Amino acid sequence: MLLRHTPTEIKERKALTVNPAKTCQPIGAMYASLGIHGCLPHSHGSQGCYAYHRSALTRHFKEPVAAATSAFTEGASVFGGQANLLQSIDNIFTVYNPDVIAVHTTCLSETIGDDIPQIVAKARADGKAPAGKYIIHANTPSYVGSHVTGYSNMVKAMVDYFSTSTGAKTKAVNLIPGFVEPSDMAEIQRIAEVMGVPYIMFPDTSKVLNGPLTGKYKMFPDGGTTIEDLHMTGDSKGTIALGRTCTMAAARALDSKCKVPCEILDLPIGLQGTDEFVDKLRLMAGVNVPDVLNLERGQLVDCISDWHQYLYGKRVGVVGDPDQVLALTRFLVSLDMKPVHIVSGSPAGKKYVKALEEVVADIGEEVNIKVPGDMLLFHQWIKNDPVDLIIGNTYCKYIAKDEDIPFVRHGFPIYDRMGHSYFSTMGYRGAMRLMEQILGVLMDRQDRDATDITMELVM
Amino acid sequence: MRKIAIYGKGGIGKSTTTQNTVAGLSEMGKKIMVVGCDPKADSTRLLLGGLAQRTVLDTLREEGEDVELEDVRKVGYAGTLCTESGGPEPGVGCAGRGIITSINLLEQLGAYADSEELDYAFYDVLGDVVCGGFAMPIREGKAQEIYIVVSGEMMAMYAANNISKGIVKFAEAGGVRLGGLICNSRNVDNEREMIEAFAAKLGTQMIHFVPRDNMVQRAEINRKTVIEFDPGHSQADEYRTLARKIDANEMRVIPSPLEIEELEKLLIDYGIAA
Repeated sequence: MLLRHTPTEIKERKALTVNPAKTCQPIGAMYASLGIHGCLPHSHGSQGCYAYHRSALTRHFKEPVAAATSAFTEGASVFGGQANLLQSIDNIFTVYNPDVIAVHTTCLSETIGDDIPQIVAKARADGKAPAGKYIIHANTPSYVGSHVTGYSNMVKAMVDYFSTSTGAKTKAVNLIPGFVEPSDMAEIQRIAEVMGVPYIMFPDTSKVLNGPLTGKYKMFPDGGTTIEDLHMTGDSKGTIALGRTCTMAAARALDSKCKVPCEILDLPIGLQGTDEFVDKLRLMAGVNVPDVLNLERGQLVDCISDWHQYLYGKRVGVVGDPDQVLALTRFLVSLDMKPVHIVSGSPAGKKYVKALEEVVADIGEEVNIKVPGDMLLFHQWIKNDPVDLIIGNTYCKYIAKDEDIPFVRHGFPIYDRMGHSYFSTMGYRGAMRLMEQILGVLMDRQDRDATDITMELVM
Repeated sequence: MRKIAIYGKGGIGKSTTTQNTVAGLSEMGKKIMVVGCDPKADSTRLLLGGLAQRTVLDTLREEGEDVELEDVRKVGYAGTLCTESGGPEPGVGCAGRGIITSINLLEQLGAYADSEELDYAFYDVLGDVVCGGFAMPIREGKAQEIYIVVSGEMMAMYAANNISKGIVKFAEAGGVRLGGLICNSRNVDNEREMIEAFAAKLGTQMIHFVPRDNMVQRAEINRKTVIEFDPGHSQADEYRTLARKIDANEMRVIPSPLEIEELEKLLIDYGIAA
């Protein structure tokens, strides 16, 4: 009962967040940077920042996360971080020799107002950045937004720095995934591949943060979007961006910079979400949906009809990042489940809240929505109005344990379960996996609570 | 030891007034340290006979954390101890953090220790308290006494009123109090009466009215305080008087800042329009 002091009475809080459902901007920026092949993320700030960001990613993915830091001291905070970044750039290219350094800032460097492009220009002028090597940057103060904002900012930086238009359009479609698992990125690519659509995905962390153990350490793993591909995104015939809060900025920037038209969709979670993605991709690329996808879709529809009775009317609490929460809620509602408590830790704007409200408008219950909210409030809602299922990141396990509620881990971070980086929850197959997880915990619970008489074999 | 911070609008003459007052106090046999809290590092120029000194932050930057007090403190006119915190070049870094770093370092190095037997420490702070760093000298445990340099010009009074708001904030949390206004005359009409009325409204006093005299500029060009440059001049006596008044001052208040309308009315009642 680690959260036994959570009061049932809900009081309005303005200046206090307890157990936030979000983390720092640079974590998102660092994660996005790792989706560029041959890229070393660089944290322009103190060592504590980058140590935390690296460890957060490592604890989630169980993979080494290489990154560099400007290692600010008191002096750097007074005199500015230029000297540190110049030295860093020199060291990084000399020692590790990446193709790209992706610099993200921190609260400290933002507050003292370091101008990264000016410092990078100086590094170039001083000959510290070899020809053919790239240094890109995103401003990521953590007192604005959250890790999804940082992700969005770094993905937009990829467009700002790399996308170029040669005037000749290719047949490729740009796919911009939100802050999702490497497995999700791989699944989205697989769907494009089976549809025969040439694509460029950026960023792409598959085979970077879910790579194989070969006995040989590669500082720059095989995966990641290549620089060549990043340049060519400006010539693609269109862009499909998945997850508004994480990808809209980049998709729009690509449209205005290189005249690549974009479609911004929700994450392809569940039947409807995947249908929308597949349909947009089909139209944009001018292809037919192949039988193999129709088969998967049919299987998902079959699963939904077979298991609907165990899902119907079940009350759910959902916590997570805005894009995931919206798409998940839609899927849950389509399964006739009732998402009654919904928290996004990150701010996401009024339009987002309105979209979320529309999704749950017809479930026949009052729905609690808080964007941005925290896990204390979420817990209080559950105490007042219990649910049958919690979906959220690892931190929800304290609530699930205290309130004895079945719990499915989804989102970031998941520190305590295996599988998320290898098995996607996106696409038709991913939807089946999500159902498997949800039904697993619900039916385990039913078995656990069954008496000798009510115990069912078949269920 | 009395710790005194001098605030006021940029260009009002804080550094000049501070150094001349310090010269007056040291004539009285007081032992004084001046801490310049301005990135321009010109708060001790007149006492040292030029900008000869390395700032605390320059020293920190060039020599690392291993700094001795002697590296950052120089002896100036009549045995006054002079330090400049310094700061980054304009446009980069964080000057406010620089002040914090430098005052912390001075404390660590024992600049304020009892063994130094200081009678006074003066903080000369740059014009506008734009962030927390520039309020460092009046935080808990630092200066307990503030004097605001002001003139009869409208913007100088606006600034003084604004600084008073800052003092209220820190006074409520800590022990800092307003000791009075120092009027550094700009030959504005009714200046003395207006500042006296302004001081009364703030709940404090105009501790001294320093008349305008070109001797101040002449001494400055020669990198000296008036007291050192021309000890017999009447302006030198004005600063001696100010020094005596500060030394004898017992009045320490939490000011009551004026509303803008009230301040403007004061300007109309006493100022040019009167």
